[in-house]
Order: sequence, then C-alpha cells, then structure tokens
Amino acid sequence: MLYNQPSPLETRVLSRRFGNPDSATLAGYLRTAGYQGFLKAAGMTPGAIVEEVKASNLRGRGGAGFPTGLKWSFVPRTSPKPKYIVVNGDESEPGTCKDRVLIENDPHQLIEGVLIAGLAVDAHAGYIYIRGEYRYLIEVMDKAIAEAYGGGWLGRNIQGTGFDFDLYTHSGAGAYECGEESALLESLEGKRGIPRIRPPFPAVVGAFGCPTVLNNVETYCAVPAILRDGGAAFAALGVPRSGGTRMTCLTGHVNKPGVYELRLGFPARQMIEEVGGGIRNGKKLKAFIPGGSSCPVLTAAELEGATMDYDSMAARKTMLGSGGVIVMDEDTCMVKAALRIMRFYAHESCGWCIPCREGTTWLKKILTRFHEGGGVRSDIDLIGDLAKNMLGRTFCPLGDAAAMPTISIVEKFRQEFEDHLNGKPCPYEGVTA
Amino acid sequence: MTFSPQLEARFDKLLKSYPPGRRRAAMIPMLLYAQDEVGHVSGELIEEVARRVGVTALQVNEVVSYYSMLRRRPLGKYHVQVCTNISCQLRDGDKLWEHACRKLGIGNKETTADGRISIEEVECIGACSWAPAVQVNYEFHHDMTPAKLDELLEDLRKKP
Repeated sequence: MLYNQPSPLETRVLSRRFGNPDSATLAGYLRTAGYQGFLKAAGMTPGAIVEEVKASNLRGRGGAGFPTGLKWSFVPRTSPKPKYIVVNGDESEPGTCKDRVLIENDPHQLIEGVLIAGLAVDAHAGYIYIRGEYRYLIEVMDKAIAEAYGGGWLGRNIQGTGFDFDLYTHSGAGAYECGEESALLESLEGKRGIPRIRPPFPAVVGAFGCPTVLNNVETYCAVPAILRDGGAAFAALGVPRSGGTRMTCLTGHVNKPGVYELRLGFPARQMIEEVGGGIRNGKKLKAFIPGGSSCPVLTAAELEGATMDYDSMAARKTMLGSGGVIVMDEDTCMVKAALRIMRFYAHESCGWCIPCREGTTWLKKILTRFHEGGGVRSDIDLIGDLAKNMLGRTFCPLGDAAAMPTISIVEKFRQEFEDHLNGKPCPYEGVTA
Repeated sequence: MTFSPQLEARFDKLLKSYPPGRRRAAMIPMLLYAQDEVGHVSGELIEEVARRVGVTALQVNEVVSYYSMLRRRPLGKYHVQVCTNISCQLRDGDKLWEHACRKLGIGNKETTADGRISIEEVECIGACSWAPAVQVNYEFHHDMTPAKLDELLEDLRKKP
C-alpha cells in the first residue's frame, strides 16, 4: 500500500490505521473503532451534527479552506428535493497526493464521513468523483462500498437506524478544472467541465439541480473522528479558527518526501527540516510553495516564524491551499519554475473565461521566450501586469491560481529574471547534476 | 456495437447509478471504460454511447473533445505517461521525459512502429511525493530514473 515511512512528529488521526495490513477492509475498520462516529451521529439531531462539525473548526481541505460545518448549514433541509453528498476526489493540484493515500489506505473512513454528512443534511445518495487517472482507487472504493453494503453499512435501514443511503463512484476523464466544485458538478452530469456562475451555490442548487454538500476527500475523512471523539477534541489539535490535522504532502527537494499528517499550526521550518529531513544533497532552501502550485511562493527568509495554518499563511499573503508543499533548493531556476506552472494552467484552462484562456496562453509564451534567453527588460513588468489583470476576472479560481504564483515569483525573484536578459541562456541550467 | 460481458455489466451498473432522467451522467465513465476495451473513442463508439445515454452524437463529441484522457485515435498498447509538472520537474522529470523520447525515437502522443508503446508528457498525476512518476496505462511507477525507465520499457516490449 502507498504509504511512506511515518514521522514521529506526526499527529495521526486520519492516518491512524495506515500501516495496518487490513486497514482497507471492513473487518479492519470495525476492529479499530470504525463506523462509531456514524452510530453516534445516528442518535443525534441533524442540527446537533452540524454543530459538532462547527465546533471542530474543520475547514475544507480541497484548497479554499471554507468552514465545513457552516457549508453544511447552508443546505435547505426542508427542501422537497432530494439532497446529495458529493465527494471531490479529483485531486489534481500540482504537489498534492494526499487523497490518493487516504482512499487507498482507509476507504471506509471516507464512506463513514459521507454517511455522517448524509445524516446531517437528510441526503440519501452520494457520489464519489475520482479523477480518471486514479482508476485503481475507483476499484479500491468499489470494493469497500460492496463490503459496506454486505455488512449493512450502506443501503436500506443501515444498522437498524432507519437511515437509507446509496453510494456510487464516478470516474472523471482528465481535467484539472473538474476539481473546481461547479465544474465537477457539470462533469458529474455528463458535460464539459465548465464552471457555473454562483449564486446559487451547490448547497442550494448542486448535483442534478438539487441541494448538495460537496467537500474534498480529506474533509469527509476528518468527520468520523470529529463525531467519535467530539468536535472540541479535534479543534484542540489545531490552532484557533482551524482545527485538527492536515495531510501534508512534502515534495520537491527534501530528503524524505512523503505524505505526513501534521497538526494545524505546525512550524514550517520544522516541517521541512525535521519531517522532510531537510534539503537533499546538503543544499540550502531557496523557496517553497505551501499548498499546491496555485499558492504564492514563500522565500527561505519568509520561513521564519511561519506555521502551517490558514492565518499564518494569510499573513504572509499566501495560502494553506491543498496541502501540497513544493520545496525548491538554491539551484532551482525560478523562471523555469514559473514557466512550468504556467504551462500547466494554460493546458488546463477550460477556455470559458477570456482573461484566463488568453492570459495563461500569453504568459506561457512570454515565459517560454524569457527562459530561452529571448526576453527583454519590459517583459518582466509585462508578466506581472498580465497576471494581475487575470485576478478576480473569471468564473472560477483557475485564473487566480495561475496568476498568484506568477506574481509572487516575479516580485520576489526579480533578479533571476534580470539574469535571463540579453540573450543569455538560463544561468541555472546544468547547475544541478 | 458489442462489448464484453464485463463492460456491459459496468454499463448497466452506471446507468442505474443516477437519478431518473439523468442517464447522461453515465456518459464520461462509459466513454473511458469503453475506450479501455476498444482502444480509442471511435465514431461508432460515440454513436453507441449517445444512443445509450439518450443524447445526440454531437453532444457526446463535445464532451470527448474536452477531456484529455479521451482520445479519438489509437495509441500504443502500453501508453507511457511521464509527468513533468513542478514536483516531478524538480526531481528531473523533464530530463526523464527527454530520455523517453530519445530512447523510443518518438515524440509526444506518438507510437512506436510496432504499435506497442506510445508516450505522452502529462500534467500532475498525483504522485508528487514519489517523483518523478510515470503511469503505464493506469499503473503507477514511482521514484523513476532513466535506468528504471529503460528497464520498464524493456519489460513492456517483452509483455504479451
């Protein structure tokens, strides 16, 4: 099973079963307090379940960090329409590989989280949208779902509680944009993944025109522990306003890349140096992106005093994002990094909004030219200006996601752009062996 | 079109997974699973899926053109996808990609003359902590090096 050597600095709540040989089976799950959160929730009122989730200070783990309990409270419970629970397992943010680990190692934890959400909003069906590339995880999930039906944890009158719930997997087919909630819903309905204008938000008009709770895999996976051990206990693991732990993906130039479960507010320096084992080959840190490629980059100097939580990152004008930490050593060419990130967004822009479609394409062209040594001085400001003109001008955050890292790299590493001027090839190319 | 009993069973399950009147929702998974069996999304397959989910062929075509995994022409039996996105690039995924192109003498989305192996430079496949990563069809290969890629390609040549 996909799991790296754990670190003693981890706080293992969602990953508590990782490493058990039977962690993905119903028997292994039940043996380790599995479905206890659901049974507890089944004896509570829907309002009390939502309050418990609110008390946990759980915030959405997909990237936006919206308070989960509050999101659930927006679903109109009295609506005569059916309600749906949708799981966003379209994990595609560069640097992020945690949902994969969560599903592979503990699929029943996700099912239990979905069931609790169902109880909270009176939903009786759910869809787990998994990116097409994760085909084996659809098989893992289908197997767990079949086991749950067999054991009476899905279907009619679950464990005699009177609660009915059906759960299905649904495959994507390759599109980063479908990780955006409204595009995901379009895709789930069998259409191109184009974002919807909001309002109405999915809580009111979501899947198939009905009220829908839509959260990331990791968000649902946190819910069983919240119900089982109480929202206050989960909140206490983190910092004020953001509770619990975060599945943190350490990637790039660290000695021990891997997915580690760290409490919210974990010191960023300790995360890179101790959990990640420091920078490989004895090099120094140049920069790191704290939460997937769409977050503004932080310099080594900005590591000082930074903690891995929403407020600390916001104070540094960046985001905790999706949990994908991208670590870059002193030999990294930041122009090349900016170019690679922009190539991705240009490829993935769905084309619906002109500022994003045209902006990402032109930025890719300019950065390509620049990295090859064909840039001129005025290009440096042009890159920043173009990116700034994309901000806030699109239906969905993909335009912002492309602009934010670019703006931060131009502002914080302007000298590296200057070093590429006058027809010089990339001065960093070939520095790393 | 006729499909294997396994694929027909999957189609049946998919068509029962969505609310009444929402058969169209099954379209994208159906296309992907059918592509796995047929090899690519042929015109005939588009017509067939359109009929089964109750939309026009044009509506299916519009969807096919959007998703990067759905392809209108055949590729190799083994489709080798090399990730060069940022976390892989930092660990020399881009050099691995160049190595793959040189080794096979083909370019992006091209297939070897014997039709066995095709290659594609792909965006993030969610293996960032095990970079650089490669996917052969749906199978992940982690912590790749040029030498490990050579071995992998050699194995693929020998496979049935």
